[in-house]
Amino acid sequence: MATQRRPLFDAPIVRRALVESLVKLNPRHMVRNPVMFVVLIGSVLTTASLARDIITGHGDIGFTLQIALWLWFTVIFANFAEAMAEGRGKAQADSLRKSRTQTTAKRLRDPRDRRSVESVTSSTLRRGDVVLAEPGDIIPGDGEVIQGIASVDESAITGESAPVIRESGGDRSAVTGGTKVLSDYLVISITANPGETFLDRMIALVEGASRQKTPNEIALTILLSGLTIIFLLAVVTLQPFAIYSGVAIGIPVLIALLVCLIPTTIGGLLSAIGIAGMDRMIQQNVIAMSGRAVEAAGDVNTLLLDKTGTITLGNRQAVAFYPVADVTIERMADRAQLASLPDETPEGRSIVILAKEQYGLRARDLGAGESHGAMELVPFSATTRMSGVNVDGIELRKGASDSVAKWVQQNGGTVPREIDSIVERIAREGGTPLVVAERDSDGTRVLGAIYLKDVVKGGMKERFDRLRAMGIRTVMITGDNPLTAASIAREAGVDDFLAEATPEDKMTLIRREQAGGKLVAMTGDGTNDAPALAQADVGVAMNTGTQAAKEAGNMIDLDSNPTKLIEVVEIGKQLLMTRGSLTTFSIANDVAKYFAIIPAMLVVTFPAMQALNIMRLHSPQSAILASVIFNALIIVALIPLALRGVRYRPASASVILRRNLFVYGVGGLVVPFIGIKAIDMALVFLHLV
Amino acid sequence: MTMNGWLQILLFSAVLLAVTKPVGIYVLKVYDGSFRWLAPLERIAYRLCGIDPEEDQHWTRYAASMLIFSAVSMLATYVVLRMQHALPLNPFNRDAVPARQAFETAASFTTNTNWQSYAGETTMSYFSQMTQLAFHNFVSAATGMALAVALVRGIARHSAGRIGNFWTDLVRGTFYLFLPAALVLALLFVQQGVIQNFHQYITATTIEGAKQVLAMGPVASQEAIKQLGTNGGGFFNANSAHPFENPTPWTNFLQMLAIFIIPAGLVYAFGRMVKNQRHAWAIWAAMFILFAGGVTTAYWAEARGNPIHAARGVDVVATATNPGGNMEGKEVRFGIANSALYATVTTDASCGCVNSMHDSFTPIGGMVPLVNMQLGEVIFGGVGAGLYGMLVMVVLTIFIAGLMVGRTPEYLGKKIQSREIRMAMLYALIFPASILLFSAASVVLPMGLKGLNNAGPHGLTEILYAFTSTTANNGSAFAGLTGATYYYNTTLGLATLIGRFAMHVPMLALAGFLAERRVVPESAGTFPVTTPLFVALLISVILIVGALTFFPALALGPVVEHLVMGAGKLF
Repeated sequence: MATQRRPLFDAPIVRRALVESLVKLNPRHMVRNPVMFVVLIGSVLTTASLARDIITGHGDIGFTLQIALWLWFTVIFANFAEAMAEGRGKAQADSLRKSRTQTTAKRLRDPRDRRSVESVTSSTLRRGDVVLAEPGDIIPGDGEVIQGIASVDESAITGESAPVIRESGGDRSAVTGGTKVLSDYLVISITANPGETFLDRMIALVEGASRQKTPNEIALTILLSGLTIIFLLAVVTLQPFAIYSGVAIGIPVLIALLVCLIPTTIGGLLSAIGIAGMDRMIQQNVIAMSGRAVEAAGDVNTLLLDKTGTITLGNRQAVAFYPVADVTIERMADRAQLASLPDETPEGRSIVILAKEQYGLRARDLGAGESHGAMELVPFSATTRMSGVNVDGIELRKGASDSVAKWVQQNGGTVPREIDSIVERIAREGGTPLVVAERDSDGTRVLGAIYLKDVVKGGMKERFDRLRAMGIRTVMITGDNPLTAASIAREAGVDDFLAEATPEDKMTLIRREQAGGKLVAMTGDGTNDAPALAQADVGVAMNTGTQAAKEAGNMIDLDSNPTKLIEVVEIGKQLLMTRGSLTTFSIANDVAKYFAIIPAMLVVTFPAMQALNIMRLHSPQSAILASVIFNALIIVALIPLALRGVRYRPASASVILRRNLFVYGVGGLVVPFIGIKAIDMALVFLHLV
Repeated sequence: MTMNGWLQILLFSAVLLAVTKPVGIYVLKVYDGSFRWLAPLERIAYRLCGIDPEEDQHWTRYAASMLIFSAVSMLATYVVLRMQHALPLNPFNRDAVPARQAFETAASFTTNTNWQSYAGETTMSYFSQMTQLAFHNFVSAATGMALAVALVRGIARHSAGRIGNFWTDLVRGTFYLFLPAALVLALLFVQQGVIQNFHQYITATTIEGAKQVLAMGPVASQEAIKQLGTNGGGFFNANSAHPFENPTPWTNFLQMLAIFIIPAGLVYAFGRMVKNQRHAWAIWAAMFILFAGGVTTAYWAEARGNPIHAARGVDVVATATNPGGNMEGKEVRFGIANSALYATVTTDASCGCVNSMHDSFTPIGGMVPLVNMQLGEVIFGGVGAGLYGMLVMVVLTIFIAGLMVGRTPEYLGKKIQSREIRMAMLYALIFPASILLFSAASVVLPMGLKGLNNAGPHGLTEILYAFTSTTANNGSAFAGLTGATYYYNTTLGLATLIGRFAMHVPMLALAGFLAERRVVPESAGTFPVTTPLFVALLISVILIVGALTFFPALALGPVVEHLVMGAGKLF
């Protein structure tokens, strides 16, 4: 997706949000937010009271008018906050929609015959249709490649301009509607009906159309509703107490007190915070399928990280040759290079380069002047677990030690015991041993082992340390043997590792962690990852992955960068922190409001109450009005915080609590004293009271 | 304020701290079943009642057992009070208690409130006092403990909503905790001069030559459980200000200690049960700080006395021969420090016994007991009730502030989500609803105002105090309110029932829901519940939620009274 960074208050978004905030006054919408619904009712009652005052000519019309206006503003500001949060998503959705334009699809009447093309519009395609996509064509819908290999530009979805390879079979067979074929051709079986495509789902998610309250949001809403009822009780019973005491309190003043006391700040910003959290995921190019997933991300205890691509660079590099006793290292290097010459894998290339750099063996100077016949490549296969070349009557093989040993023995050679210790030493140091063997007319023999080293990505150790500080355990998942895995785990600084992992092992590990009450996050892309992705509490599927993986996960990373799991967790935590901080702030605010309003209500009857007017507010009217205005303005003032989230730095819970409690708890106590006093002075200055 | 006064308060605090752990270990052994030297007797009790002591009850069944037991025993008391004229042990031919008062008294004693709208010595027969009121003093206390233990089990366990067996909890609490403790304490009281007899009332001639009838009775036995079970219902109308109930400084000290000893010990036992002793001490610390704040305020306000008196030249400064301050309604034997301390202790806990008249305290001094109760009596609190009330506050604190560490809130490894919050909020909501709605109705309804002996803010405080005391199941009276009317007997009786049972059911539901949750292991990312910061946070939440709820009402009561007193006006 085009992730252009938008300024927080983007003009078109603000304009749209202003309109939306009025539309949202619809009681049917408001009732979903009990706190603000009470404010709405209060506004209506105050307005009614104002109307009565105007008709009868009694009462302080100017004062009631201002109270009524600011109560309405309170509701509208809260709606505005929500609309702002939604607006950012809607703007994203609009840019996505552009790539969903109608295209012409080349449907194949006969899936096996690429010439049986008929042109149809993409919206008529149904699941099961087979289409052809050639260079320059927009892929008309989500599908599975059933034939061909092509480079595809997926920037419309991912924002990444480098083309990706899509091919039939394997884990790179899924294509997304709206992307563009650059070279070659693909025959695609459509897997989604119009309106159900990945793009459609993404638009709906980004727009928040299918947004549901998350479990924690529901619980928080219950708490806020409970507090609202408690304050309603306090205010409603105040009237009889006042009548008993001979104090006259007008309805608008009681409503003003109620609105100031109920947690309108968090009540008004709660949904905005949730939407903004999903929006921040989108900024990171991660699509969360639900708010629940974002929330779960904050709670994660265990991160399962695939070694390759996440902890280490995808490619291993040859760093040393270890020949057996009767082979010189030069000969060993020479044979290793020869065996790797046609090997185009990064590992193979690194062997050639190592031999060249350390032993001066130029790739063309094969075998020191020997002349070579046709070189026959023996490709790697899962069954032999070896690759190599046959050249000039020499057979060279390199591969896993047990496979090569078997090959040597099958060809009548003997495997020296020495190679076992070499292999073990390499493994213990975290490398992958690649044993090289040779067969010629003299027989078959093992030459030695190549040390292939995993290269741990820079900065990973620090990131894992940060995660540990937050109480998150990292577990590295790898297909390597335990020795190698332990060594890499040590180097990378992960807490634990799962070696020789099969998809079943992964699943067992997730289940075990969850049985201990832990929440697990993982990434995956292959079809065999799908069950684990579904089982994990946070399953981030790579966009390059298979359709099955994407269906199973509850997030999709459009950049297909497994390291991003860490950011996902951080965004989840930041979302929860923002919610908690603003709740604390909102409740702490009430202390100052009491000191403003209660003396103001009672001071006429009991002049001694002036002693509680510690802010020395100008008059009862100015005090009440200043509180209501502060209460409304603080919502607007905190919109940027709600959208951006509170500042987040990884640290232990104690440290984070201390910091946030100081800023939002103590701040929540102090700020309104200053704010209300300032507004009071402004009101006096403007002669509004 | 005198050095002597502070030393006594300090001594009390030090002894409380010292006994917390040993008492806690004893409480733990009583409830985990490892301390059962009366097992045969227990078995007989279970067999007689047809109870399976091995059953691990689901919270709904636990709640039902508690409700049935309370309903039956309340009804029995009602019947006995109505029929006491026809029952034995009625040497002074006390008549049947009126229906309204019998209802209120039965409700009040069943709920561990012990609000008394009658004078014990002139209303109750010995039979009523000994078989009914004393019975409730034991079992209502044991019920409170059972409920607290059930909630703690809910927190500690992962057991599909099962939280123990109400009947065994009830029996064990009565047999191993309250009966032996009351026996020991009663003997100590007798040794100190608390009376324990069935004698005829004594007619004495006073120094002035007036005739005075001195009531007698089995006082010490009731006195011990009155304090230990945080019941507070006195044998005599004057309660612990009466020299036969509370004759010496030692009995006074023991009485105060007896109120706090089991609630404080239970906090320690809680730590052992949830395997987090530091958390328990954090809660203990929060309770102690709130207690210290209350006693300091009350002592300061009472020692400072009434500025109007001072202005008229009355000596309010304490000297060796003059207690100074505000001595109205206080026993000279106890003085200001021990009256302020007693008033704080009895309202921190849900005891409600008094050794001075709270009505006669200065406005701020009198506000301390009122606020103590309005905070939910979580400052050590009633036996059991203090801990479960506090734990609900802890759950709310963790929910409000817990998100700030970037995780959804969890308490000792249990996730707190909407079900738990709904019950915790219901618990927190019923309490102010009962106090505020009843009080508000009473200050405007003619039948409510009829019972009022003081006008203005003080009258408001009296009504507010009455409904606070009954809803909080405290039972102490501010006095100044004629409670023996149809209106007040009924409403106050209802308030005691609401304040107990309407709050217990959500609390047990919370226990059950927590017991269904699996435990999330603690990590560096877990909200810390053992630090001084947590203590401060917990105190803030208790104060802010409590104060915010009652501040408007208090403003029109003691606060305005205090401010107006400064301006030279009294009510």
